[in-house]
Amino acid sequence: MTNPATSTAASEPRRPSATTAADLVAGTSLWQDAWRRLRKNSMAVASGLFILLVGLVCLVGPPLLAATCGYDAQTQDLAYGPQPPSWQHPFGTDFYGRDLLVRVLVGGRVSLSVGLLAALLAATIGTVYGAVASYAGGLVDTLMMRVVDILYALPYMFLVIILVTILGKSLLLLFLALGAVGWLLTARVVRGQVMSLKEQDFVLAARSLGTPGRDIVLRHLIPNTLGPVIVTFTLTVPAMILQEAFLSFLGLGVQPPQPSLGSLINDGANQMLVFWWTLVFPGGVMTLLLFALNFLGDGVRDALDPRMRT
Amino acid sequence: MTRYLLRRLVELVPTALVIIAASFALVRLAPGSPFSSEKEIPPEIRQQLEAKYGFDRPLPEQFVRYVGNLLRGDLGLSTKYPQRTVNEIIAAGFPVTLSLAAVALVWSLLVGITAGIIGAVRQNTAWDHAAMTTALVGISVPSFVLGPLLVLVVSLRLHLLPPAGWGDWRHLILPGLTLGTIYAASIARLTRGGMLEVIRSDFIRTARAKGLSERLVIWRHMLRGGLLPVVSYLGPAIASMLTGSVVVEKIFNVPGIGPYFVDAAFNRDYFLVMGIVLLYAFFLLLLNLVVDVLYGLLDPRIDYS
Repeated sequence: MTNPATSTAASEPRRPSATTAADLVAGTSLWQDAWRRLRKNSMAVASGLFILLVGLVCLVGPPLLAATCGYDAQTQDLAYGPQPPSWQHPFGTDFYGRDLLVRVLVGGRVSLSVGLLAALLAATIGTVYGAVASYAGGLVDTLMMRVVDILYALPYMFLVIILVTILGKSLLLLFLALGAVGWLLTARVVRGQVMSLKEQDFVLAARSLGTPGRDIVLRHLIPNTLGPVIVTFTLTVPAMILQEAFLSFLGLGVQPPQPSLGSLINDGANQMLVFWWTLVFPGGVMTLLLFALNFLGDGVRDALDPRMRT
Repeated sequence: MTRYLLRRLVELVPTALVIIAASFALVRLAPGSPFSSEKEIPPEIRQQLEAKYGFDRPLPEQFVRYVGNLLRGDLGLSTKYPQRTVNEIIAAGFPVTLSLAAVALVWSLLVGITAGIIGAVRQNTAWDHAAMTTALVGISVPSFVLGPLLVLVVSLRLHLLPPAGWGDWRHLILPGLTLGTIYAASIARLTRGGMLEVIRSDFIRTARAKGLSERLVIWRHMLRGGLLPVVSYLGPAIASMLTGSVVVEKIFNVPGIGPYFVDAAFNRDYFLVMGIVLLYAFFLLLLNLVVDVLYGLLDPRIDYS
């Protein structure tokens, strides 16, 4: 049988779109429609390009700087010490004489990868959990969502801190701890979505054809919740980046000498009176990055679900 | 209403039990022990220490005893600070954290709701764009960037407020602003969204049609709709203000509960970790209850009876 997911997504009545005559002839899917709306949002496009640029520079920059100038994120040069920004060191150097630009770029790489991976993990857990709960329904649903309610009531950041102290302070475990606690919102969103989807005819059709429950959840229900999941995902990424920096600021995240934006800001905050650049550059990059991610997230939400527009 | 409240209060009991059991398991099944960090404790002393705190007993027995003590309001002894009970540490630190969160809450509500109203009433004007762009910037500036910058400018350059410490009201302002700004920004967005949702609805048209002044329409009718999403956001917001104050307390050197928690988690100070987690969890459970009741009072469509 053909997968009804794609066809229902296109004709879903709750997502009205400004269709022109040409659209009606060609038929636009939800995704094409959303893409078109997103492209018209110039601030969101600019934010997306900015994030791509930052990501690219964070990837290419450190090895390039190492090859051309011999800058390294970890080697100390105490005799050189902290230098204000100059042509040689655009962001200046830190207390240990390390080029701050390289350290910010490596830190940005850590932030971006932890943010993306943790958000991805949270979205996966949340989607599967929410879909299973609401498809199963009844007592299973009640119990599973009660667990979510209880976890919601627990002080989130404290839970992450406990997990970090249990799991140890490594980058990999950090993203696991963040992702393991961050899936609650996605689970709720997906559950609400599946609740309305599972009563629709295409699910009934699939079930009457004898499709096993697992396939109905994976092939029919989850694909149809992708819109809200992507919206939640794009807004989770900055939240996760913020939390990673929060932990690193407290000394619980990425460990020195490896830099992270959070620990760089912590160092900078301690020396800001004398070496202002050690706070301003990591703080500025972090803020710009979060700003762009939030703007893009807003844009994606408006594009995928105009009803949610605020 | 009374029956609804009673039912919710009764429902809290199993939830609380699950939370106690889950956090007990999480804290106790973690590798390491409160005495593993110190070097070379002689085994006899270690045994004595473990006996003092009851760690030599089997875990289920310890759990039962812990819950029993909890019912009597006794949170146990700290292992990191042997001369202090967990109750004492919390009694000293939690009011400080609470007052920071209170300042942050007032600040975020004042600024957030005002900006939200401006955005909604003047939708798609320069006012609206300015308010919402500011809000997005506010959401994007982490407290650990905003805090040091405020110290740098307000305290160290302008000498208006003390940079750190604790004592009188002047010590509350900068940490409160630092903690509250991100929520002010979210509340502005929520207020605006909520008001725009109702701005074109029939009851607003009716209110205008019967000749109410624009000010009354905004304050009595639109704002009600605008505040609904804000009220449901308050629970999570206050929760993350309380936990988020860890960072602010560190920046401004405020003697709240936050630094104790980070320390306790590291030193496997079992009773202190448990005490703080449970304190926050119960606080949040009650808070969510209050928020639900408030929600019912604000939204005439909800009937709890």
